Amino acid sequence: MRLPPWPFWVVLPLALVTVTPLAVVGVSWAQRAPEIWQHLRDYVLAGVLLNTLLLTVLVGLGVAVLGVSLAWITVMCEFPGRRWLGGALVLPLALPAYVLAFVHVGLMDYSGPVQTLWRTATGLQSSFPSVRSTGGAVLVFCLALYPYVYLLARQAFQTQGAHCLQAAQTLGLSRRQAFWRVAMPMARPWWAAGVGLALMEVLADFGTVAIFNMDTFTTVIYKTWLGMFNLAVASQLASLLALGVLALVWLEHTARARRQFGPSAKNQARERIALTGPASWAASAACLLVLTAAFIAPVLQLLYWVMQVAATDLDTRYWQFVLHSLMLSGLTALVVLLAALALAYAARASEGQRGQRWVAALVRVANLGYALPGMVLSVGLFVPVAWLDGRLLAWAQSLGLAPPPLLKGALAVMVTALAVRFVAVGFNPIQAAMQRITHNQERAARSLGLGAWQSLRRLHVPLLRPGLLSAALLVFVEVMKEMPITLMTRPFGWDTLAVRIYEMTSEGMWERAALPSVCVVLAGLVPIFVLVRKSEQD
Amino acid sequence: MPMIRLPCAAAPKSAALALLFGPVMAALLTLAAPTLGRADTLTVYSARNEQLLKPLLDRFTNLTGTQVQLLTANEGALLARLNAEGASTPADVLITVDAGNLWQAAQQNLLQAVVSAVLEKNIPAHLRDPAKQWFGMSVRARTIVYSKARVAANTLSSYEDLADPKWHGKLCLRTSKKVYNQSLVAMMMQELGEAKTEAIVKGWVANLATDVFADDTALLKAIAAGQCQVGIVNTYYLGRLLQADAAFPVGLFWANQATTGVHVNVSGAGVTRHSKNPALAQKFLEFLSSDAAQKIYTDKDLEFPANPAVAADSIINSWGSFKPNPINVSKAGELQAAATRLMDRAAYK
Repeated sequence: MRLPPWPFWVVLPLALVTVTPLAVVGVSWAQRAPEIWQHLRDYVLAGVLLNTLLLTVLVGLGVAVLGVSLAWITVMCEFPGRRWLGGALVLPLALPAYVLAFVHVGLMDYSGPVQTLWRTATGLQSSFPSVRSTGGAVLVFCLALYPYVYLLARQAFQTQGAHCLQAAQTLGLSRRQAFWRVAMPMARPWWAAGVGLALMEVLADFGTVAIFNMDTFTTVIYKTWLGMFNLAVASQLASLLALGVLALVWLEHTARARRQFGPSAKNQARERIALTGPASWAASAACLLVLTAAFIAPVLQLLYWVMQVAATDLDTRYWQFVLHSLMLSGLTALVVLLAALALAYAARASEGQRGQRWVAALVRVANLGYALPGMVLSVGLFVPVAWLDGRLLAWAQSLGLAPPPLLKGALAVMVTALAVRFVAVGFNPIQAAMQRITHNQERAARSLGLGAWQSLRRLHVPLLRPGLLSAALLVFVEVMKEMPITLMTRPFGWDTLAVRIYEMTSEGMWERAALPSVCVVLAGLVPIFVLVRKSEQD
Repeated sequence: MPMIRLPCAAAPKSAALALLFGPVMAALLTLAAPTLGRADTLTVYSARNEQLLKPLLDRFTNLTGTQVQLLTANEGALLARLNAEGASTPADVLITVDAGNLWQAAQQNLLQAVVSAVLEKNIPAHLRDPAKQWFGMSVRARTIVYSKARVAANTLSSYEDLADPKWHGKLCLRTSKKVYNQSLVAMMMQELGEAKTEAIVKGWVANLATDVFADDTALLKAIAAGQCQVGIVNTYYLGRLLQADAAFPVGLFWANQATTGVHVNVSGAGVTRHSKNPALAQKFLEFLSSDAAQKIYTDKDLEFPANPAVAADSIINSWGSFKPNPINVSKAGELQAAATRLMDRAAYK
């Protein structure tokens, strides 16, 4: 029997790392808990499935519409403030969804300043719709997550080249038809990847929905674990969630299969559509409105709270929190970058070869970490690591040695867990960029005698650079905002800004959580600035 | 078709990369072995947050010279971590809020019994585990609060009464996912039985003025703003708001004084089963029950001292004395899962 070619062996270990927590979660099915399942079926599941479906569909639509339309007008049109608005619309990426949530609830709830002002000004009882509702949650998710779609769609439109649209228009399509029938389908790998990321984030989210007190599939997982003390059923539920996400990924993949995407044409001169009159002001206003709701207003509110608490809370330890957050983000970004590049390249190299289906399946599995709620994923990784550590310890002691526990509590566990969770974030932009490299280019490289490794170094990596940089920066910002994995797996002394936010919010001290939140935003702005600069240069 | 660029031309955007990965090198350098299980260090896992614990830990270090290493996280994560670490855990002490969580830790065999005359003297029997695995260190009362402008205190009586239709559209509650509410309902189940409790919880849900809140502070602010008139909260949340604004228009009513008494719960601590320093850990628990530490609990966090010899903070004293429910708090732990399901059945979100 012949061994499969190399891509398989590259992808296999990476997939195994992700499979480990999934397997730990899956093993839970060995335990039976019929009465809890009966209870969930009778009173809980119908409602939360509906909620989750509603949330997924609405947020998916919302981020797609916001992200694609904002990207389109800032790339293809000319209007007052286009340059800075185009860059600034990425900024909400620095704001964690749960922070955006508590700021918006604080501002817009009945006892918040907006409604209070309304009541004092008008003397009327306010009839605002409640912000702590499905609608509120959808809105906050859209504002927090549209930048994923926006960023990637922008990249697609910028590199699409004007000639396709011109060709379409010469063939008699109107501008609108050209957008729907040419630009959108061509940009599909990008914006679809963005929507996919946003949806996985929504499905695994706990912090944000908890603030809106919205019951979703994830909240049931936590309730079963922490309220009914049944980790087994919680794991069973988590594995169902992962299956659901796998189905989503598979659907998207089959819809995209067998399409070739042309090479980028970034050096072509582009003529923007110059908007005039009301249309131009409407474009500026729309961008500014989204930016205000998603970033400017919440940051101002946070700064206002910071002023109230900075005197007592700000101390030298904050440098350490910031430093830890930066180090953790950088380290994870590096690990994810390498892993995601390996996955994307192996998938590409296996195309048309024996074992292609296996490689493709393993790549999809390796990207599933994003679907597991952070706390479940941490347990799934922590349990086998601790077990292995115990074996090692016993083995060392039997040899008369007394080593300190090496694995557990070490940074490696935390970084692995974070990398498993965020590898999809890095993989998607790299893979989208990979699809821009044509088979002809690869054949040319091969005909020049370049092997797989040489070709990676000299053909792919240089052409993938924008995708690689986006991947690294996105992961960097994600880790900065991540809370549950950091909280559970961190070694002693590794308190980060997100941990600090948790300490405050867990006691309902939202005002005091503003200080670490602002630090997260500031620290996240640096890579986002690089990201924007980069995309402007392209 | 773009040119195939040679590697030398592919100089990465080095500034951006350095910015990203500079910290990585620093991280690798600080990967030095952690100081685990050292004889002169006490390791504490805590679900209570750092800002409350720090003064206590600093005081302990001052008194004994022992360094304390602290790791905070939520209860579920800490118990899962302790479970996974098993015999090689670095933790000596587990600190958490709510008897339900402490009971659960004992149930999962994560704690060990501590026989200490000091603890038995300082902590009343109903606030500690009958099997001596954990000890309540501060008491938290969950009672009724009301709008001073809209509600006359003499119309209030008990938790059960809040299910009465006269409170229709006037009640605010916090989410049933919070363990405080799970414990409250568990205690009611113990006293009133399951059917009666379920009817009461359904009555509460029918009386809600708005969706349940994510935290007690938001609930109190909603009462102050007039969105609802009565609610159930832990007293220290009101204490904090009164500290910031003495005129905060929400009053406190001691529930069930004619019957079973106010629902009380504890925050507490226990020595982990696999502690490497059980003697030191016990000393730390004894310190937590001492006058000095109990004073910090009540002054910093406005909770009631578990040690009856220590006087409560002045804000707390202004609420007057009350009759607490005398059932051992560990009952709440036993019934918590059942209470959670009951609240699901009553559609209490």
